[in-house]
Amino acid sequence: MPATTINGREIHVDDEGFLTEFAEWDEDLAKVLAANISVDLSDEHWAAIKFARADYKAQGETPTIRRMSSVGGVDIKKMFQLFPKKPAKKMSYIAGVPKPQGCV
Amino acid sequence: MTTATQAPLIPNFDGDETDRKIAFICSKGNLDMAYPALVLANAALGEGIETHLFFTFWGFDMITKSRMHDLKFSPVGNTAMHMPVGDIRIPQALAPLPGMQPMATKMIKDQIAALGVPEVPEFLDQIVASGGHLWACRMSADMNKLVEEDLYDGVEAIINASDFIEMTDGAQLLFI
Repeated sequence: MPATTINGREIHVDDEGFLTEFAEWDEDLAKVLAANISVDLSDEHWAAIKFARADYKAQGETPTIRRMSSVGGVDIKKMFQLFPKKPAKKMSYIAGVPKPQGCV
Repeated sequence: MTTATQAPLIPNFDGDETDRKIAFICSKGNLDMAYPALVLANAALGEGIETHLFFTFWGFDMITKSRMHDLKFSPVGNTAMHMPVGDIRIPQALAPLPGMQPMATKMIKDQIAALGVPEVPEFLDQIVASGGHLWACRMSADMNKLVEEDLYDGVEAIINASDFIEMTDGAQLLFI
């Protein structure tokens, strides 16, 4: 498993660069991850990220866009605004969780 | 053993600027055949790909307001229809019996709902909210004597075959 140095810390990631250790994430790291992919974090981003992490912790699975909207209360249009073009992947990357497994 | 790399490893989201374009031709009105295009279109949108759905022939039921909430699934002619548990096939001779279609429809709807996947109208809402484009086939509209007011609001227009061919220049096409 590769590791990479982000924000002066060694962070475990998969081959694409997604974090593999849930516990290695913190908010300061999220800010760096967001900057890496040119996302400027607002309160709405944080709300989405925090729900994604809480849901992953509870369900063992990253919420899909659909679940972000139906359970997390972040509607689909908003997801595309917050994390343009590839909302699920970008959100997962910043939130330090794996890409969603579900199809929908 | 881990290997630390010097430069931070960042996922490649460069595909952001993809010019990839995909179009689905939805020609079936059976409940089970409505889903493949919806699932794939939704996935394509999530990858930032320009996505179009063209509804034609029986697929028109997917976007006809009075029918889209009530698509059916029939075990008739489907030899892959099994009992809920195990590998026991439902004999084709039983498939057309009264009650089989509602039962099979309910079963498949429950299975889809259990996965958190929406019903067809709500799935179309999701696709439109994600930036997908819905088009209705002119010939199908004329055959069914339907006008735009009869169709799901997210449908952008009724277009003819040439319009569709022109619009999908350079697109990947899937006929379902």
